[in-house]
Parts: sequence; structure tokens; C-alpha cells
Amino acid sequence: MAQEEHSTRSIFADLDDTGSSDEEINKWQRTARLWQETLRDHWGKLTDELSVKLSLLTVAAFVLVAIFAPFIATHQPLQRQYQGDAEIIIDKWAEPSILGADTPYILGTTAEGFDIFSQLVYGTRAALMVGLIAAVFTAGIGTLVGLVAGYYGGKVDDALMRLVDFLYGMPLLPTVIVLVAVLGPNLWNIIFALIILQWRSTARVIRSQALSLRERPFVKAAEVAGAGDWHIISRHLAPNVLPLTFLYGSFGIAWAILAEAGVSFIGLGDPNTVSWGTMLQASRAYSALQFGAWWWFVPPGICIGLLVISGFLIGRGYEEITNPKLQ
Amino acid sequence: MGKASFVIRRILQLVVTLWAVGTVLFGLFRLMPGDPTSYVVSSQMTQEAREQIIASYGLDQPLHVQYIKFLENLATLQFGQSFHSNQPVTDVIATYLPNTLLLMLTAFITAYAIGITLGVLSGWYRGSRFEKNAVIVALTARSVPTFYVGLIVLWIFGANLGVIPMSGMTSLGSQQTGFWQMVFSLDFLHHLLAPALVLGFYFMGYPLLIMRSSMLEVLSEDFIDVCRAKGLKERTIMFRHAARNALLPIVTAAAIALGYAVGGSVLIETVFAWPGIGREMVRAVLRRDFPVAQGTFMVLAATIIFLNFVADLAYGYLDPRVTYD
Repeated sequence: MAQEEHSTRSIFADLDDTGSSDEEINKWQRTARLWQETLRDHWGKLTDELSVKLSLLTVAAFVLVAIFAPFIATHQPLQRQYQGDAEIIIDKWAEPSILGADTPYILGTTAEGFDIFSQLVYGTRAALMVGLIAAVFTAGIGTLVGLVAGYYGGKVDDALMRLVDFLYGMPLLPTVIVLVAVLGPNLWNIIFALIILQWRSTARVIRSQALSLRERPFVKAAEVAGAGDWHIISRHLAPNVLPLTFLYGSFGIAWAILAEAGVSFIGLGDPNTVSWGTMLQASRAYSALQFGAWWWFVPPGICIGLLVISGFLIGRGYEEITNPKLQ
Repeated sequence: MGKASFVIRRILQLVVTLWAVGTVLFGLFRLMPGDPTSYVVSSQMTQEAREQIIASYGLDQPLHVQYIKFLENLATLQFGQSFHSNQPVTDVIATYLPNTLLLMLTAFITAYAIGITLGVLSGWYRGSRFEKNAVIVALTARSVPTFYVGLIVLWIFGANLGVIPMSGMTSLGSQQTGFWQMVFSLDFLHHLLAPALVLGFYFMGYPLLIMRSSMLEVLSEDFIDVCRAKGLKERTIMFRHAARNALLPIVTAAAIALGYAVGGSVLIETVFAWPGIGREMVRAVLRRDFPVAQGTFMVLAATIIFLNFVADLAYGYLDPRVTYD
């Protein structure tokens, strides 16, 4: 693609792009190498701390469970394992086999006859999907908006930041609840609602960083050398704010998982997928609390907690790298 | 730019933000699938009543007229009538908002008192085991979902041990004559205990972490050395000199956090069946009681917007170094 552009472009358009395709490749190689070095450096510092190491292992374990869910789960998560006499919904759940009950269900079944262990395994998929997609988009959109606002300043900055102010006026969960009620209860709408609101914090932080970066000599130098706006934003500003993007991304995973669990718990979860939040909602709806069926509602909460704590700890570890004051 | 013009500009911004939130809400509820009038008239109404209400909302009018009517109602705080109880929405808000404030403020004040103290100590004794544990506790408190902690507390102390009530704000059958009499009754405090503690535990992490990093910053300043050179007692330096100067970021953070606490009341109130405004909003959304949903949502948003505004002003007032430009 770069070569196609090459022929039509003036050689003075961008001083970096004067050479042949050979140098083009070299430039990409150089960029890639720089990236590699920075990432390796960060990774080394990050894994120095025990809590971060444990968190990374936890997340990795959950990712593996999510990928291999069909092999780990013992049953179909939304398939009734048996039925009551004539009723569709059985009146009593099966006891978990780890407690010594003589059933094929490791963590027993729900009151609707679903296998809890399999639901837990498949719930990992929903949690990670919501967390990762929402985090990538919130961090991405937030970074882009922050960079554009900070670099251009003036009216563009004003307009974008008023939009961010407005989003800060929206209460998170109530807004997601209303949006999901309007758009319909499914996982994609929850993710969409979360993305719409959550990029606000990344945008604010990245913008203030970009404001100070654009006054730095290397940006001025690039401007004088005739680099275009987009070139400066993508090559000179973006790499410098990237640690912050990662930071907000990892916090974003945690927040998104928490929010999805909350919305599902309230009863606006996707009825066709299993998530830890919908499991908690079902256990509450069938009064598992009062019957003491703890194997139904304790495991999903522990999973949510573990994943979210890991996200926060990784984010915090990263924060200490990007903000040496905290060390 | 002077202080007065900053305040005026900020007030204008407040009004514009409220208008924007209202406008988005107007749009959202008209995107609701199904009959566009279904958000003000319930299906159980008679044809006459339905037409009357549609006319009174101006729903037979074109969209821009509806919008102006909506803004008018918003400005005069008329959110219409609940489908469910036929009460005016303002009455619904007046019933549920104080309950939310009671719960939130109790939890909030407790959490900030404890959180700030722990934050001061962990900043002071940095590098100690105490500091490490405090940070871990704070992070844990913020990562475990409050509604889940609430569920577990209900299960252990409510269902198993029977020491806390399972739901609500007062016991069934206990009739209180007035709001304040209810507040000071033992029964109410018994109901308040568990949700307030669960929330307080969650709120505590934020001031702790902020106070800790703020303390670290203050402790590196010269005047602390001067205090030491003067021979002041460590405790005097810690609380009188360092903590007071480190308190500034907490004030703004607290105002903003309180706004989000009220806005985030949805989950904890649902778990403990606390009759607050967040739970009412959820119930209204679930049973498609749109006037109530709209009204309660506006109250939650307005709380956040107003407290953000207060935080901005407080910051300028408390920190003379802030300039208005």
C-alpha cells in the first residue's frame, strides 16, 4: 500500500518518505524495533512485581478457559439437564458432586436445571469478550479524541471537551440500563453502551498529556520540517501517550466486566448467553440465598472479583512505570 | 478572567449540560421500540384517558413542538404521572430520594473518615507492611462488585445467622408517623447497618489511595523539614501540617465521587431492596413506567452535574494558587 502511494506523492510532502521502498521498509523495521524495545522494557518492569505476575497468570488462566470452554464444560450451559414431573421448571436443584452428592454435575444445577459448572466456564467467554472489546474501543476512541483535541486546541478542543463534560454528567449504570432497555438486552448492546460512555476518562487524560507534548521541541521540529498534522499525531504524539492508553485500557477491562455483571444482575442481561452477572441474577430470582445454595452464587462472584482485581493490579503496576512519582 | 466571570461561565455550562442530558433522554425514549406514545400512556388506560393524556403531553403534535414542551416541563420540574401508581413523578422522587441520600451519606461519611485516616497513615509510613496491606485492601475494596459483597453479607448474616434483615428499610408492619422519627428508630438503623457498611467498604478505597499519594507529595516538600527542625512531635507534623495540606485533592474528589455514588445507587439498593431512587429507576425501566424512569434518571444526572460544579468552585476557593483563565 505504501508503494502505491509513493508514486503519486510529492517527495517534499514528508521528509521521512523521500527514499525508495527499501528505506520505507527500513523505517518500518526501525519503528517495529523501537516498539519492541519499549514493550520489552515495560514488560520486564511490570513482571518484576509479584502481585502483577499473579494477576497476569490469573488473566491468562481465564483466557485459556474461555478459549477451551467447549472442552472444559461438562454440559451445554443453556440446556436443561432434566425436567420436573410435568412442570417446565423444576422445584429443586441437583446438589453439587464436589460435596459428595451422587450427581454428574460438579457444581450442581440451577433451579432451571442448567449445569452450574458449565455456565461458569462459558461465562468466562462473555466476561472477557465484554472486557476486551469495551476496553480496546474506549482506550482507542479516548486516545484519538484526546490527541486531536490536545493537538489542534482552540475550537476543536473546546467542542470535544464539552462533549466529554456532557458524558461526565451521565450516571454510568443508569445510562447503560436505559440504553440497553431501548436497544434491547443483548451483549453487544451492553458493550456498545459501555463504549459510548467510558471513553470520556481516557480522552481527558490523553488530551492534557497531548497539550504539554505539542509544546515540546521535537514536535516543533517536526512541524518546521513540514510534517503534516496527522503525521505528527500518529508518529510523534501517539507513541508518547501510549503507556497511558494501555493503562486506561487495563482499567477499562475491569470496569467493563463490573458494569456488565451489574447490568445483567439487574435483569437486563442477554437471555441467550450465559454471563456471571446473569447467573447471579438467576440465583437471586430463585432465592438461592435463602435456601443456602451457595454453590450457585458464590463461584460467579469469585470469578468476577478475581478477574477485576487482576485488571486493577496490572493497571496499577503499569501506572507505577508510567508515573515514576508513585514508586 | 476574574473569579466572577468564571463562576458565571461555569453556571452557564451547568445549564447547557443539563439541557443536553435532557435532550438525549428525550431522544432515547422516543427510540423505544413499539408505539411512540407508549412511553406516556399505558396500555391499560381507556381510549378516552389515553387520548386525553396524549393531548396533554402534546404527543399529537409534531416532534419539534413535543421537544419544546418537553423542555418546558423539564424546566418546571414536571415529569408527568407514573403509570404504575398514578402519582406525580415529583412525588415519587420526593419519596425515594431522601432514602437514597440517607444511605449514601451515612456510608460516604464513614468511608471518608476511615479512608482519609488510613491514607494519611499509609502515606506517612510508606514502605511499611501496613502501607502495602492498606493499598491491597483499598484495591480489593474497589474491585469486588458491591452488589456481590452485599449478596454474600445477606447470605451469611441474613439467611444463616439471622442478625440482619433480608430486605427493605423498615420492618413490615412497623408504622412510623414521620420521616425523622423513622430515621431515628432502632428498626431503621438495624436495616441501614448492612448496606451502609458494604457501601462504606467500597467507598473507602478511593480516598485512601488519593490521600496516600497526596501525602507522599506533601511529605517531600520543604516545610515538613522545617517542622522537623523545629522539633515538633511526629504526630503533630503528620496530622496538623502534612495531612491538612494533603487534603485538597480529596475535597474535589469527594464531591465528584458523591455524585457518582448517588448515580451508582442502582445496584446496592436492588440487592438490599432499599427503597431508594436508583432501585426505583430500575424498576421503572423494567416495567416500562417511562415518566418515572425519565424523572429519576434526570435527578441522578442532575446530582452528578451539580456536584461536579461544586467541586470546580470548591477547588478555586480552597486553593488560592488556582487561576481562572
